[in-house]
Amino acid sequence: MKKILEVKNLRTTFFTHVGEVQAVRGISFDLEEGDILGIVGESGSGKSVTSLSIMGLVDDPGRITEGEILFESIDLSKLTNEEMAEYRGNEISMIFQDPMTSINPVFSIGNQMIEVIMRHTKMTKEEARQRAIELLKMVGIPEPEVRIKNYPHQFSGGMRQRVMIAMAISCNPKLLIADEPTTALDVTIQAQILELMRSLKDKINSSVILITHDLGVIAEICNKVIVMYGGMIMEKSDIYSLYEKPQHPYTRGLLQSVPKNVTGTKKRLIPIEGTPPDLLSPPKGCPFSPRCPHAMEICLKEASPLYRISDTQEASCWLHHPDAPVVEGFVKVEVK
Amino acid sequence: MEDKKPLLEVKDLKRYFISGTGQNKKVLKAVDGISFHIYKGETFGLVGESGCGKTTTGRTIIRLYNPTGGEILFEGKDLAHLSEKEMLPYRKRIQMIFQDPYASLNSRMTVTDIIAEGIDTHHLYFGQERQARIYDLLEKVGLKREHASRYPHEFSGGQRQRIGIARALAVNPELIICDEPISALDVSIQAQVVNMLEDLQNEFGLTYLFIAHDLSMVRHISDRIGVMYLGKMMEVTTSDELYENPLHPYTKSLLSSIPTPDPRNSIRDRRVILKGDVGSPINPKPGCRFASRCQYATERCFTDTPELRELKPEHFVSCHNVEEINRI
Repeated sequence: MKKILEVKNLRTTFFTHVGEVQAVRGISFDLEEGDILGIVGESGSGKSVTSLSIMGLVDDPGRITEGEILFESIDLSKLTNEEMAEYRGNEISMIFQDPMTSINPVFSIGNQMIEVIMRHTKMTKEEARQRAIELLKMVGIPEPEVRIKNYPHQFSGGMRQRVMIAMAISCNPKLLIADEPTTALDVTIQAQILELMRSLKDKINSSVILITHDLGVIAEICNKVIVMYGGMIMEKSDIYSLYEKPQHPYTRGLLQSVPKNVTGTKKRLIPIEGTPPDLLSPPKGCPFSPRCPHAMEICLKEASPLYRISDTQEASCWLHHPDAPVVEGFVKVEVK
Repeated sequence: MEDKKPLLEVKDLKRYFISGTGQNKKVLKAVDGISFHIYKGETFGLVGESGCGKTTTGRTIIRLYNPTGGEILFEGKDLAHLSEKEMLPYRKRIQMIFQDPYASLNSRMTVTDIIAEGIDTHHLYFGQERQARIYDLLEKVGLKREHASRYPHEFSGGQRQRIGIARALAVNPELIICDEPISALDVSIQAQVVNMLEDLQNEFGLTYLFIAHDLSMVRHISDRIGVMYLGKMMEVTTSDELYENPLHPYTKSLLSSIPTPDPRNSIRDRRVILKGDVGSPINPKPGCRFASRCQYATERCFTDTPELRELKPEHFVSCHNVEEINRI
């Protein structure tokens, strides 16, 4: 499979008046053509900053301080804002969490869609309008010819998110980044949007990065997953291995803290104790070590490398080291 | 089965919001005649999508809103029309935990002042006893004594929610209305707070009204659940029965919409995806509120409002066609 995106040792830091907030701390991953990659993590894990870094949308006081973002072999992190504008909305586009604040309320949605299409293609205004209607129809907006004249406030939350998706796919992007696309929606509407994204994926042939905190949403739609915590990658996996044999204590903890709900029984939840790390002064070693039930001395001193568990699964945890104590469910990996 | 006594009985509760006058008058029927009861010591879950009236229900029970109609019977006493003064003793017995741990704590007050506000209002403890009570409460909710003199901004979201819980516990309430207490928290923190709520319930014999939209967490914590849609109660039953054997078409599609953290789960294929959006509670049409999105809707559903009927013991549904749909 062809690699669409290669992120290498990306570091993004915000230089605030209280200190350096190290939001992303040296992460690397690849995206292949046709992948739907889920990035899962809690607030402050760095998942959104990762996507903003790829889009070139990290604002002052934030800066990419290290690393490369190779999109079809071109390093996006080195482009000027003008050069990057050619990619944004065209080759790479983004769906945001809150469609009310990410669509301009004072222009009709048609106006905004036509602008994007004309900016990146050679279409005339009329052709662009036809294309916009076609896109609205594709995302399931009834009566698109009428609705194209409407303003964002005339749409419900779910409909606005459909408009947002129509805008994002209007130039057939090679890479689509969706940052919590269903978090603000009700569950029945979420089901509609996930179904839409699934059906569109085959039609438009984009690779997708889906950012969410919901392991359920990831399981619905993704084929690969990255688990982030404290600005670092804890685990990378194919979708099945992650849920069936998680190889990082954090992933395991997350899966255990969700209620299982078997009829007739009431099992106590197994929470992850403690609180997420302070990114102003993150723990020296593994960011999860202060909360980890298996933490060893080395975990507090040094972050673990990514151990390769199988062709499709990697985990950053010292428990995979041959000398580490045996913990049930965690695979040992020979050091090369 | 033993004879259980309801602590709270809500009968035909209504809360309307009116905007505009004359021809522009609009009536938003946020809660439109719902009835349910909560037994002593149990957790009653109230679920539904945004705008269904679940939060308004909670706020009306504790009289943050005045009801437009209906009764709120707390141990048989109707709270609906009590004056502020008559209500005061009941404010001690019913407490509330709010969704947003950032907005619900006064940022200018120390943790001690926040927790002690209820204690002082009701003249419960004084001097050293008051201080000891506050330390005790902090420890109960998993915080430390030294937190007492700090301000809310010094705490994380999960810790703030613990302060809110300590505040509710401070006056020894019997019923706590938990309005989405975990929605604003991270997944790894949610389980901590839910476990704590369960422990506190066991220790103090508390009764909870648990309002939420996270359906799998609601199932975990609740004994019985009510499903609301646009101001109406659609279905009320025990939590296992609701999830194993939902009868109302809305409940069915709602439950099938929950994404499960299991990539091999086949629920996707059985999923009932609803058409359209939630309608508007402003000047609602007669008939069943769910009719326009219901795949089984018949003519009658658009004209007659269905009543909540007991179809099986402890299983109430408001749907005209429930027998045919479920072949009962």
